[in-house]
Amino acid sequence: MRTGLVIKKDVKKNWFVYLLAVPVIAWFVIFCYGPMWGLLIAFKDFKPLLGFSNSDWVGLKHFIDFFQGPYFLRVVKNTLLLNVWGLAFGFTAPIILALMLNEIRDGKFKKLVQTITYMPHFISLVVVCGMIHIFTADEGVITQLLQLITGRDYTSLLGYSNFFRPIYTFSDIWQSIGWSSIIYLAAMSSIDSTLYEAAEMDGIGRLKKMWHITLPQISPVIIILFIFAVGGIMASSYEKIILLYNPLTYDRADVIASYVYRRGLREASLSYSTAVGLVSSLVNFALLWVTNKIASRKSEASLW
Amino acid sequence: MKYHSISSKAFDVTIYVLLAALTLCCLYPIVHIIFASVSDPARLVAHKGVLLQPLGLTFDGYKLIFKDNSLLVGYKNTILYVGLGTLVNMLMTIMGAFVLSRRDLYFKRYIMIIITVTMFFGGGLIPWFLLMKDIGLYNNLWAMILPTALNTWNMIVLRTGFQSIPAELEEAAIIDGASQLKLLVNVIIPLSKATLAVIFLYYLVGNWNSWFNAMVLLKDRDQFPLQLLLKEILVANDSTATTQGSAGGVIIDSASSATAFRELVKYCTIVFSTLPILMVYPFLQKYFVKGVYVGSIKG
Repeated sequence: MRTGLVIKKDVKKNWFVYLLAVPVIAWFVIFCYGPMWGLLIAFKDFKPLLGFSNSDWVGLKHFIDFFQGPYFLRVVKNTLLLNVWGLAFGFTAPIILALMLNEIRDGKFKKLVQTITYMPHFISLVVVCGMIHIFTADEGVITQLLQLITGRDYTSLLGYSNFFRPIYTFSDIWQSIGWSSIIYLAAMSSIDSTLYEAAEMDGIGRLKKMWHITLPQISPVIIILFIFAVGGIMASSYEKIILLYNPLTYDRADVIASYVYRRGLREASLSYSTAVGLVSSLVNFALLWVTNKIASRKSEASLW
Repeated sequence: MKYHSISSKAFDVTIYVLLAALTLCCLYPIVHIIFASVSDPARLVAHKGVLLQPLGLTFDGYKLIFKDNSLLVGYKNTILYVGLGTLVNMLMTIMGAFVLSRRDLYFKRYIMIIITVTMFFGGGLIPWFLLMKDIGLYNNLWAMILPTALNTWNMIVLRTGFQSIPAELEEAAIIDGASQLKLLVNVIIPLSKATLAVIFLYYLVGNWNSWFNAMVLLKDRDQFPLQLLLKEILVANDSTATTQGSAGGVIIDSASSATAFRELVKYCTIVFSTLPILMVYPFLQKYFVKGVYVGSIKG
């Protein structure tokens, strides 16, 4: 009972702090923990008309359905591959840009490049996807460029499933390369300049300096961001996928999150898609944990 | 130094060329859209390849946008959601960060764990949607405000900012007889202006860009934010299109050049919705850049 008394006293003394805490706690309870409670419907055959308590418990039926169903392999493969593309190209592109910008001594040119490459970051996702639709349409600039290069005729590129990953990944790079480079530039600006001076005395070339000094020096930042990127694999942005895919490209474009959205909200298979979503967040959590574990073993950089 | 100066020159040239090419790639699509938006629609449809100047000059597309009310209503809704939403965001974030930055807070460790968990694990889309329906946010404009009222990451960043204020400063204010409200308003907030500005801008952009919650929770077209209307106009050929599936709210009567005109309207819509931001971002840029630094201190 003593703690109770102490807290009572504290509430009286710090009532203002407690007052401010109330709406914040309420928000976390309702909007973050509330949906977690709803995960229980993954184990039920939830029918909105019957309500939660009147719907039947079905155990792991939906999970088994998902694992044995025809879409399991497809959505898992697509989720992983789209992210491998993202990590291979989307993750490295801003690092390369930052390395190049770091070599520029002309302040005005550097500033110009930065300002312009930041610009796409400020265009909303919906508009960026709208632009993709325009440029990859039958007569779009990118479609025509591709026809010129390959000498083949193409209709709208978003209709070919094998173009989906390149379109998705490279538009992502277009939108975020400048912006994502900022953090690496920040890390580079704090590198001890005596390291470069010592290398210069040894007559080491610039490319080598880039590789042997700059890159290792910013590697903690790279590792942390990489962990985050891997941790976000399963949760990969379905908003953009929903804006770009169509039934013609489902076989490569449909990821777990977009599948959950379509089955759950379009086709109203509420329990089933909740189960799929739960699988994906568990895998996601595990991925984050494992990556962090590996990273903290190999270097000092880790999340926790 | 001298003997590799030629290779150093070549290195410089390569980098300049690559950067110039990248800059053009980032710039061109936007310039293309702007040129196309004032082009003659018939010539635009017939044109192939890159646009290096507008084809003719017409403002018909823009006239149509202003004549047809729906986009303007969308703009108005967005301004309301962004204004009110960002205000709520800032209040909630400041409140949460203030509470968490108190040095003598009870159960601080557990509270932080409970909060951090939500950044990595959640209920997922469907339970979230059902809950929103249950608490009456379906077809309710608060659906644009409340579910996104707080961003955990921003709150933790701001808490870090609050904690960096020297304890002596706060103690001095308390000894001078300041209440905790005064401490927050007169001492802590003024000293955290830079971090607050950054967080403010993040919320602002996030609220401006938001469309998904509106798509799944709002039913009434009069409440749609700009981005959702843009989605219907620009991404209409998505066969899973949510609502009406018409080319957005913009209805074109003339049958003959309808397709050409619809294309023109797309370009105008993009410019109309994006230009205001593109015009102010160079001035806000330095705050955003600072924001990346603020975030990276935490990471």
